[in-house]
Amino acid sequence: MAKIIRIPTPLRKLTNNEELVEVTAATIGDAIKELQARFPGIEERLLDEKGEVRRFVNVYVNEEDIRFLQNRTTPLKDGDEISIIPAIAGG
Amino acid sequence: MKALKCRECGREYPLEATHVCEFDFGPLEVAYDYARIKKSLTREAIASRPRSMWRYRELLPVAKEPTVGLQVGFTPLVKADRLAAQLGIRELWIKNDAVNYPTLSFKDRVVSVALSRAKELGFTTVACASTGNLANSVAAQAAAAGLKAYVFIPSDLEQGKIINSLVYGANVIGIKGHYDEVNRLCAEIAGKFGWAFVNVNMRPYYAEGSKSMAYEIIEQLGWRIPQHTIVPMASGSLLTKIQKGYQEFVKLGLVTESKYSIHGAQATGCSPISVAQKAGLDFFKPVKPDTVAKSLAIGTPADGFYALKAMKETNAHADDITDDEIRDAIKLLAETEGIFAETAGGVTVGVAKKLIAAGKIPHDSSAVICVTGNGLKTLDAVTGHVGQPREIKPSLREFEALLSAETVAA
Repeated sequence: MAKIIRIPTPLRKLTNNEELVEVTAATIGDAIKELQARFPGIEERLLDEKGEVRRFVNVYVNEEDIRFLQNRTTPLKDGDEISIIPAIAGG
Repeated sequence: MKALKCRECGREYPLEATHVCEFDFGPLEVAYDYARIKKSLTREAIASRPRSMWRYRELLPVAKEPTVGLQVGFTPLVKADRLAAQLGIRELWIKNDAVNYPTLSFKDRVVSVALSRAKELGFTTVACASTGNLANSVAAQAAAAGLKAYVFIPSDLEQGKIINSLVYGANVIGIKGHYDEVNRLCAEIAGKFGWAFVNVNMRPYYAEGSKSMAYEIIEQLGWRIPQHTIVPMASGSLLTKIQKGYQEFVKLGLVTESKYSIHGAQATGCSPISVAQKAGLDFFKPVKPDTVAKSLAIGTPADGFYALKAMKETNAHADDITDDEIRDAIKLLAETEGIFAETAGGVTVGVAKKLIAAGKIPHDSSAVICVTGNGLKTLDAVTGHVGQPREIKPSLREFEALLSAETVAA
């Protein structure tokens, strides 16, 4: 079994409208590289010039924010679900 | 309105129901044609219009006349002399959105704008992710506008806030999780269904509604900007919009430019922005909220970066207080000014007290405290902390006995 990444609407133009993408990478950082290899251009949308996850991009592994895990070095195991979500306003 | 513009990179987008830049996920903001607005929006024109937030209509993002929430806003600005004496400040005002129409919180402002715009864009179902007040306002104003509503809230909210959404016939969905989790789910839902999510895809319009609080403060103070404004911070959006409101009135020549600071208040149990400000950082670390001030319990504040920037630009401070200090501040405001604020109001009053005591707001200055919600909705938070009624039989003798016993005790 692989790991599944949910692609948010604004990025689906890059993934040929695919909503769910499977990867085999062992960390979040590698998963982004794997996405980039398949869908060129997606990396610069997610990472800033310094290679950090952009400040308005939130990445979750099984519903947990990677900033509470190990950021880009967060390990992934088979069956994990990764969500990429823009930060949104209060309420 | 001219366009939607990314706050991060400046890319422009058409005025649709969309909220993030496709390039860097930065938030989109409404851009205006100020040169044109300057021609029609004068002090005289404003004064001649109905006493609601819509008297500043040119600066609110609707294309035609508003259709939802025409009575919202223009809440009292109360001169708070008794509280000023307690806090040790020369001049103090309370901007009291605890009595906003129709659901007793500042959220009525943003929802009025969001739903008016949603109708213009042809939506028939509206929705929101909420810590309570927003849900109440969406539910009520959607009912009045004949729109279908879905509101998503953390399932452990105060009873008052849950009932206040259900009564209007809205679909209330309780999520087993905290607000940040509700928010994440709603971001995913919003991408899937064709609804107007007021704080997701309608956010650029929604957020602008908060500016009306700043306009009213300036007008009600006799066309001046207060030296200090103290604002509660959840996502940080309100603080940035108060600054934008002050800046716009200066830009339009409606008020003379003067020095002002906009300070931010949080609860210690959820203080990512305040902790960052005190450490001199321009970024924050998300937290898992644990505070009685549930309406401010956002651990990943979307506008945190911009709130930090606004405080830096206006030489302002942030601080945070404990749950006990929040309850004390709710009581202090109630006992000195007769205003019963919700927990967020306690946070704001308590932090104002702390900033004045620390000299960060000078004793010889004037300040406005923004009270954004009503205490009747968060009774759970103060139950057991405000005493109990003394019960007696309907007998004059018993009452006299009670009084004399208390006089002796005192």
